[in-house]
Amino acid sequence: MSPPRRTITIDPVTRIEGHAKITIQLDDAGAVETARFHVTEYRGFEKFCEGRPFTEMAAITARICGICPVSHLLAAAKTGDKILAVTIPPTAEKLRRLMNLAQLTQSHALSFFHLSSPDFLLGWDSDPARRNVFGLIAANPDLARAGIRLRQFGQGVIEALGGRKIHAAWSVPGGVREPLSEETRLRIQAGLPEAFAITERALGLFKTLLDTQLGEELGIFGNFPSLFLGLVGPGALWEHHRGAEAGCGIRIVDSAGVVVADGLREDDYASFLAEAVEPWSYLKFPYVKALGPEAGSYRVGPLARLNLCERIGTEQADRELLELRQRGGRVVTASFLYHLARLIEILACLEQMQQLLDDPTITATHVRARAGVNAHEAVGVSEAPRGTLFHHYRVDENGLIEAVNLIIATGQNNGAMNRTVTQIARHYLSGERLTEGLLNRVEAGIRCFDPCLSCSTHAAGQMPLLVELVGADGQLRDVLRRD
Amino acid sequence: MSVHTLRIDGRDLAVPEGTTLLQAAREAGIAIPTLCHLEGLSPVAACRLCLVEVEGAGKLLPACITPASEGMVVHTATPRLQDIRRTVVELLFTEGNHVCAICVANGHCELQDLAVSTGMDHSRLPYRFPDRHVDLSHPFFGLDHNRCVLCTRCVRVCDEVEGAHVWDVGWRGEHCRIIAGLEEPWGAVDACTDCGKCVEVCPTGALFHKGDTTAEKQGEPARLQALVHARRHQQWDP
Repeated sequence: MSPPRRTITIDPVTRIEGHAKITIQLDDAGAVETARFHVTEYRGFEKFCEGRPFTEMAAITARICGICPVSHLLAAAKTGDKILAVTIPPTAEKLRRLMNLAQLTQSHALSFFHLSSPDFLLGWDSDPARRNVFGLIAANPDLARAGIRLRQFGQGVIEALGGRKIHAAWSVPGGVREPLSEETRLRIQAGLPEAFAITERALGLFKTLLDTQLGEELGIFGNFPSLFLGLVGPGALWEHHRGAEAGCGIRIVDSAGVVVADGLREDDYASFLAEAVEPWSYLKFPYVKALGPEAGSYRVGPLARLNLCERIGTEQADRELLELRQRGGRVVTASFLYHLARLIEILACLEQMQQLLDDPTITATHVRARAGVNAHEAVGVSEAPRGTLFHHYRVDENGLIEAVNLIIATGQNNGAMNRTVTQIARHYLSGERLTEGLLNRVEAGIRCFDPCLSCSTHAAGQMPLLVELVGADGQLRDVLRRD
Repeated sequence: MSVHTLRIDGRDLAVPEGTTLLQAAREAGIAIPTLCHLEGLSPVAACRLCLVEVEGAGKLLPACITPASEGMVVHTATPRLQDIRRTVVELLFTEGNHVCAICVANGHCELQDLAVSTGMDHSRLPYRFPDRHVDLSHPFFGLDHNRCVLCTRCVRVCDEVEGAHVWDVGWRGEHCRIIAGLEEPWGAVDACTDCGKCVEVCPTGALFHKGDTTAEKQGEPARLQALVHARRHQQWDP
């Protein structure tokens, strides 16, 4: 009689934002058959927004997440602009861009320094009780402090613009509520040199680690061909905010660098994207409709944005982009390099913030257009730290929400996260013994994508870790728990 | 005019006949919380926040409509009254759908202020989450029944000051709600003059300017009081 098939479950996955668990299904021979990343929370934002005025959507959807509320604020406000059918004042557009750059900076800093760097710097097999930001503070206090300072800078810019760090009700349909004062402009500018220095130092450190210790991870932590999707700007420059209305558009490339689609409009997303649903996860699986769920699976986020653009458009970031491509190819398929892409994007954000703050019109005071309901359906798009974010609203003649669809960045990386978990489990699982090192690597594979499950299932909270071995008969055979 | 002497919270006061306990207390600098009451509108004693203890009365009395009388001994802030006021605020919160974080009146809301002043850090009663709707049919203003506390200030200001009488209270018990016209969409009521007085006096975010987003509504009941005063005394210059 052959040994029973078994399932290993990691529940919850830690140091990501939200609730999740991982199961690893073994075949009769004890080899990894499949691995699944389950998102186990449901929040129902799309449902309870029905009946609310569309002008409230920015404030409501920002509550989906405390890490990247700005992304929802901006996507909701942009959708609202289209319902008003207005072109917002140019300064409002620049201020929104400034806030999104600050958002990308703070969120990427959180992901790299607080959540992921303990893995690289303290080692996969180090004591899990110390392999966290507190262990990092003990082992490398300067780096930990620098990471905290960098995130603080980004949060500070958000606060300076919106009045508060989290859930600032500042970006609204028609523009923004408050202009930027000269005093605040100077204050933000004064923080840039330190932010640049921290980012350059982190880039140097991480590239050295890639050259010396992390080579294996490049091949195993989610390295596979797939499509990449995201916004690109005019001339295929790196883009993080503007949609089709500004001459930008959504581009899809494959891992060979072939542009599969270009200039797609967010308004038409339903014509080129579809969402598959699996019974074992609340997180849906979006895919490129024309190619089907398997071949149409795509990645979004920092690495996708860098793969899609021809160049970033600022000097230092373009230099780093070139180096990334020398390291990983024109289209980088190694998901582990999402971490490097984040650092490059921080650099790009800081350079673009500098440009915006040097623009004399940034302190103009006409920042809000007002109008009534002039369109009954609209789609807004923005590049959130984790990838492309779509808000789609349908309203009645008075502006009350009739239907909402939110397509979240983390959801679009769902297929890729499952493939990453499978790839890591196949490589590191030997025999039937569960090791901390395996669990850590599987978790870290997920962490490459910096998933925000709060957003993606529209869930929040913190996670413990549970690994279950389930026999072919469905009976639980073994459990390993970490609280 | 005759004068009554009375004692409120241990202080001896003398007030003209016809003065309410609320007026007497406020003139003496003694704060009594109110919600439905608004200077310039007729009192209705609906919210029960201004209940006070009057020795020998046998029951609690609303200060906004109880006239001061000779020899009264009044207590406005006993532990019993404080508990009742907190309970009243809890009932108001649990009976509607009050989500301050996204409300247009956040930071400028009398209900929110009452929650702070009565020490309501949580509700001891279960939330009812009633299914209510929002009326955005008016070209300038909106009505969110989720945030309405049925204080009837809008009903009174429209009837007594504007003279349009757009608003009434319809239905009974838990189904009570403010109605426009004979239960029509607000935008369909010809009587409405679009003056916005109801929005100005609404203590919460129930009535608001369309397009306002979180915390942008700042009601201005003082403007109503200035208007009422000017009409009453025919003094139109500031």
